[in-house]
Amino acid sequence: MQAYLDNAATTRPQEEVVALMNEVLLNDYGNPSSMHTKGLEAEKYINEARKIIADSLKVTPKEIIFTSGGSESNNTALIGIANANKRAGKHIITTVFEHASVYNPMMFLEENGFEVTYIGVDAMGHVRLDELKDAIRPDTILVSVMMVNNEVGALEDIGEISTVIKETNPKTLFHVDAIQAYGKYKIYPKKLGIDAMSVSGHKFHGPKGSGFLYVADKVKIKPLIYGGGQEKGMRSGTENVPAIAGLGRAVSMYYTNHQDKLEHLYELKAYFISRVLKLNEDGKSSVTVNAVDIHEGCEYDDILKAVGYTAPHIVSVSFKNVRSEVLLHALEEKGVYVSSGSACSSNHPAISGTLKAIGVDNSLLDSTLRFSFSMYTTKEELDYAVDMLMELVPIYSKYIRH
Amino acid sequence: MYKTFLVKYSEIGVKGKNRYIFENALRDQIIRALDKVEGEFEVIKEQGRILIESLSDYDYDEVIDALCHVFGIAGICPALRIDNNEWDNLTSEVKAYVEKVYGREKKYTFKVEAKRGYKDYPKNSPQICADMGEFLLNNFDNLTVDVHNPDIRIDVEIRNSAYVYSQVIKGEGGMPIGTSGRAMLLLSGGIDSPVAGYMIAKRGVKIDAVYFHAPPYTSERAKNKVIELANIISKYTGPIDLHVVNFTDIQMYIYDKCPHEELTIIMRRYMMKIAQDLAVKNGCMSLITGESIGQVASQTMQSLACTNAVCTMPVFRPVISFDKQDIVDISQKIGAFETSILPYEDCCTTFVAKHPVTKPSLKQIEKSEKKLSEDIDRLYEEALKTVETILIR
Repeated sequence: MQAYLDNAATTRPQEEVVALMNEVLLNDYGNPSSMHTKGLEAEKYINEARKIIADSLKVTPKEIIFTSGGSESNNTALIGIANANKRAGKHIITTVFEHASVYNPMMFLEENGFEVTYIGVDAMGHVRLDELKDAIRPDTILVSVMMVNNEVGALEDIGEISTVIKETNPKTLFHVDAIQAYGKYKIYPKKLGIDAMSVSGHKFHGPKGSGFLYVADKVKIKPLIYGGGQEKGMRSGTENVPAIAGLGRAVSMYYTNHQDKLEHLYELKAYFISRVLKLNEDGKSSVTVNAVDIHEGCEYDDILKAVGYTAPHIVSVSFKNVRSEVLLHALEEKGVYVSSGSACSSNHPAISGTLKAIGVDNSLLDSTLRFSFSMYTTKEELDYAVDMLMELVPIYSKYIRH
Repeated sequence: MYKTFLVKYSEIGVKGKNRYIFENALRDQIIRALDKVEGEFEVIKEQGRILIESLSDYDYDEVIDALCHVFGIAGICPALRIDNNEWDNLTSEVKAYVEKVYGREKKYTFKVEAKRGYKDYPKNSPQICADMGEFLLNNFDNLTVDVHNPDIRIDVEIRNSAYVYSQVIKGEGGMPIGTSGRAMLLLSGGIDSPVAGYMIAKRGVKIDAVYFHAPPYTSERAKNKVIELANIISKYTGPIDLHVVNFTDIQMYIYDKCPHEELTIIMRRYMMKIAQDLAVKNGCMSLITGESIGQVASQTMQSLACTNAVCTMPVFRPVISFDKQDIVDISQKIGAFETSILPYEDCCTTFVAKHPVTKPSLKQIEKSEKKLSEDIDRLYEEALKTVETILIR
């Protein structure tokens, strides 16, 4: 048996997505910029995908820029907005537990004369709103916060953060890294006060190399890539038509029967946590679940309630006395695929790495795994994974360095 | 512009009656090296030289690079072959050659060296030197003669055809692979062992390698890194049979039974034993390691003595007296360094004590190993039985 529990890293593309891409690659391979019919055919796919995506966000199609994925969306948003608004100020705010595709552009901006403030988070991974409020200044041009943390699955209250920002400085723009959140949730930027938002296609069964950036109409932004002026000059380069078509198809499929999918994921998460905590009963293992507000001895229903305040598809678990890489490879031999929670991801003094930021004990930083689910994940897979953990954790926790 | 390369070799020129063995091996190694290069070549043995004739278009830099990886080559001379060696033709070809390579502007001192393999040629060697020198002097205003320390030495060799060359590209030296037996290299993912393998292979030794894999403590990526390292040194050593031993169970068993500060020494003794068994099985007569005195706890003289005690065949440790930087320099030269420092192995540290013994006594170690008697033979057999052999070609 196999259990692919690394869906926060990437998901298997849907068959319909692949079929459509195949069709576009083989038959409708025209360049949208060509003036003949072949070009027009290709352009149709792009318009269609753009419409589907705009509808899913309740925004206008012209506010969607197609990119090569999450990293490019984040880079374009951060560097593009900073460069276009630097006359208004050179101060930017973000958090201590962003993805590398946010903090590396931040470091680039720091090198180029911008000042960046990093806001802390609490044990549940929630942005400290008082700290945020205090950090916003008249020259703060941008705040960037990720909606769902990719390592521990913390879920931010984007509406609340946006209110704090706009109340303190109405001119400050708000960028949301929604790479782990879009698809899982219905997100309406206009209602939530989001000015720019990054999305990646392969996190919800779309193709790799696809993604988009939502930029509200009024927002000033400069492109990163210059050339033939595609995407209204915001992202030059011949459009990746098959990937864009596949992305559109993935979006429309994911948002069909959406509520069922979300509930399914939450049930999986609660079920997995309740089962993985059973490892503590063998007297040898010591297991903790990170960034979920649960206490010892709580039942499935309590857990289901608690996970409702977190992302539905990511569980971060620490295993005392087991090196995460060892357990990861041991699970791999059994056909269970997971990720290790990175202990520290940067040399920047202000950025601590997610696990440290939420206060995970130092001794557990290197002993943490991330299990992440998709709508195709089954309880049987989770049972198998937990069975394997029950077999492996007691063995490998015996072998510690003396 | 060159269609011919003349290969010079040094040490194998003096091997007496066995000389043909060395020459044949060198020819085979050159053929192997050129096999991976675009183009077709013919490799001919001829009177103390090996000649490479290109039969098609080729990439000059690629050919030189390939030949620079062949042990046993002292120098590579890109040469002009002149089939019609009649004197007037010879001089006019040499004139064109010198003009093309050195021009008429820049001033040089030069001399001509001649060799006459074709004994019926109307001029003898001193005459060829003198006449060709005079001819060039008369035809080039920018050339003057200096027989002691010339800028350019123009070699003219008269065989069935004539060969003219003036550049010698330094080769790797050493002896051709396959002329000095076969040895088993203990290859880790680190910096030292690939260098050790390269150094021993340079003496003409054919290399086998053994890698101890310990999943889940070492990852598949760590194993791929070792395969990549084997690939890198095989550019010099030729094909390598890489034997991958699954060492996890032995490692865990030692951890269960023996004092933790002795883990590394005991594990290394078992690695040497396994390597030796595999060596015998594969026709190897020696072991090769990348150990260097005092580099880590397991490489103090006492530790080396304990490790060595399980071996009955010679163990070659070519970097034993090298400073780390000297090893790094060679590693960089052979192109292994970048791969060697990829960080895939840190899980293994579980089995390295924080304070390992640095002065183990053999008696004490042997006593500790007695605690393994219950199950070690079975695990040892199992490890040998499950060896995976990867052919690096």
